Amino acid sequence: MDISKFLTLVQSSSEIGLLYALTVLSLFLSYSMLNVCDLSTDGCWTFGGAVGAVVAIAGHPWLSIPAAMLAGMLSGFVTAVLQTRMGVNSLLAGIVVNTALYSVNISVMGKAQLSMNKTSTVFTMMKEALQNTGIPVLYPLYNLFVGLIAVLAVILFLSLFLRTRLGLAIRATGNNPDMVRSSSINPKNTTLVGLCISNAFTALSGCLFAQYQKSLDINAGSGILTVALASLLIGGVFFGIRRRIPLRALGAVIGAVIFRLVYGIALRLQMPSHMLKAVSSAIVVLTISIPYLKKQWPMLQRRLSKGGNGHA
Amino acid sequence: MLKLEHVSKTFNPGTQDEKLALNDLSLHVERGDFMTIIGANGAGKSTLFNAIAGSFYTDSGSIFLDGKDVTMEPEHRRARSIGRLFQDPMLGTAPGMSIEENLALSSGKGGWLSSISAKERRMFQDKLALLDMGLEDRMRQPVGLLSGGQRQALTLLMATMNPPKLLLLDEHTAALDPATAEKVLELTRNIVERNRLTCLMITHNMQSALELGNRTIMMNHGQVVFDVRDAARKGLTVQNLLDRFREASGKALDNDRMLLTEQ
Repeated sequence: MDISKFLTLVQSSSEIGLLYALTVLSLFLSYSMLNVCDLSTDGCWTFGGAVGAVVAIAGHPWLSIPAAMLAGMLSGFVTAVLQTRMGVNSLLAGIVVNTALYSVNISVMGKAQLSMNKTSTVFTMMKEALQNTGIPVLYPLYNLFVGLIAVLAVILFLSLFLRTRLGLAIRATGNNPDMVRSSSINPKNTTLVGLCISNAFTALSGCLFAQYQKSLDINAGSGILTVALASLLIGGVFFGIRRRIPLRALGAVIGAVIFRLVYGIALRLQMPSHMLKAVSSAIVVLTISIPYLKKQWPMLQRRLSKGGNGHA
Repeated sequence: MLKLEHVSKTFNPGTQDEKLALNDLSLHVERGDFMTIIGANGAGKSTLFNAIAGSFYTDSGSIFLDGKDVTMEPEHRRARSIGRLFQDPMLGTAPGMSIEENLALSSGKGGWLSSISAKERRMFQDKLALLDMGLEDRMRQPVGLLSGGQRQALTLLMATMNPPKLLLLDEHTAALDPATAEKVLELTRNIVERNRLTCLMITHNMQSALELGNRTIMMNHGQVVFDVRDAARKGLTVQNLLDRFREASGKALDNDRMLLTEQ
C-alpha cells in the first residue's frame, strides 16, 4: 500500500469513525455512566437517519439535525418509560422499542431505501461553505469538518453537562442508585433524562451517516450497538475509568476512529466486509471477559491441579 | 418529631417464609432525642428503619414525621428530611465519583444545571477538615480509593450536610476496625450534638447503647419491649439490660454477637 492510498484510507476511516463516534458517545452516557445497555440503539440510529433524510429531502438540510435529535429523544423517552414506569426489564424494553422502530422507520421512509443523490445535505452545504473560503486545501475536508464539529460539540456538551447537578445525579444512578435516592433524587427520572439525551446522539449519528452516504437502507443500523460498544471499549484502553470525563469522552472517539482504521486495513488485506460484525462481537466479548477470566484464573488453576476431581 | 402508630409489616405473606417483622409497633420519638436501639438479630430493628425511610410501604398503621403523614411518601421524597447510614460503608457513596462530586450531589444546593462553585468547594473543604482524615486535600479523588472508615465518615458528612430532621444510623460502625469505629462514633456524637439532630442508632454494642444518647429501646419480635430514657437510664448497666431482656422475652439473650460485645 503506497502512502497516498494509506492517507486516503486514514481520511475515510476518520470521516466514518467520527460519525460513528457520536453513537459511541451516546453509549458512553448510557452504558458507561447510567449503566444501562440500551438495545434500542440500532433502531434509533436508523430512526434518526430516516427522519433526517426525509427532512433533508424536503429541502431543509439544517433542520434535519434537530429533527433527527428530537426523534431520538422520543425513542429514548419510550425506552426509559417502559423500563422505569411500566415494569419492563431494561434489556427487553430496548429490544421491544428496537423492533417497533423497524415499522416506524418504514413508515417514515415510505419505502425500504431512500436515496439522497440530488439532495442538498449538511455535507453538501459544508462543501459549498468551504469552497467559498477560497482555500483549496480545505475543499476535500468537508466530510471531516462536519464530523469534527458534531463530535466536538457533543464532547463539549457532555463535559459540561456531566459536571452539573443533573449530570452528577445521572452518573451516580449508574454508580449507586441507593445513594441517588438518599440524595432525594428519583433515579427513575435521571434514567429518563439520560436515555433521552443519549438517544438524541444516536439519532444524530444516524442522521449524519445517512447524509454522508447519500442513502439510507432500513437495515443500515443493524449491529451498530455492538460496533459502537467495541469502539467504546477500545477507547477505554486509552483513557480508563480513573480519567476525567472529557478525556474519557475523547477516548471513546479515538476508539471509534481506530476501529474504523483497523477495519479499513483489514478490508485491504482481503478480509471480507461481512466479517465486520463478527469481529466487533469478538472485541466486545474479549474486552469484557478477559478481566473476568483473569480473576477466575487462580481458582481454575487450583481446580486443575486437584486433578480430575469432578466434585471440586 | 417521629411518630409510628400501630405499624405492621409482614414479609412473604402466605408462604413458608412468612415473617411478621413489625408487629403493631407504636413509637414516639421527641425532637432532639438520640435513641439507641438494641435487640437480637431478626428483632425488626432494620425493618423499623426501612419502614421509617420508606424502603417499603407498611401493611398497616401510620408514620408521622414532624407532624406530617409520610406513610405513603416514596423513599426519595422522605430522604429530604431523613439522613441514613448503613453498616456497609460502600452503600452511601458513589465510588466512581470524586469526593467533591459526592458532596455536591448530597448537598442538593443550586439548580439542576448548576455546577460546583468556588464557594461550595471551600465549604466542602471546611466540612471535610472537621473529619480530621486529610480528605480536604483529596477532594478530586474518586471515593472508591478511600478506606471503609473514610467512606463512612464521608457518608456521615453527606447525610448531615443539610441537617436532616431525622438521622438513622444502622450499625454504621459495625464493619469498621475498633479504632476507626471509635473515631466515626466520636464524629457522630459531635455532628449530632452540633446540629441538635434527632437520631436513631441501631447498635450491637450494649455499652455504647447506654453511653450514647438519652434514650434506649429494646426490640423483640417486631415490638418495642423496653423503653428507658434520661434519668431512669442513667444508672443502667449492661447486666441490667440483659436482665430486662430476659424479663421481656422470657428467655436469655442468646445472640453471640451481643454477648461478645457486652463488656
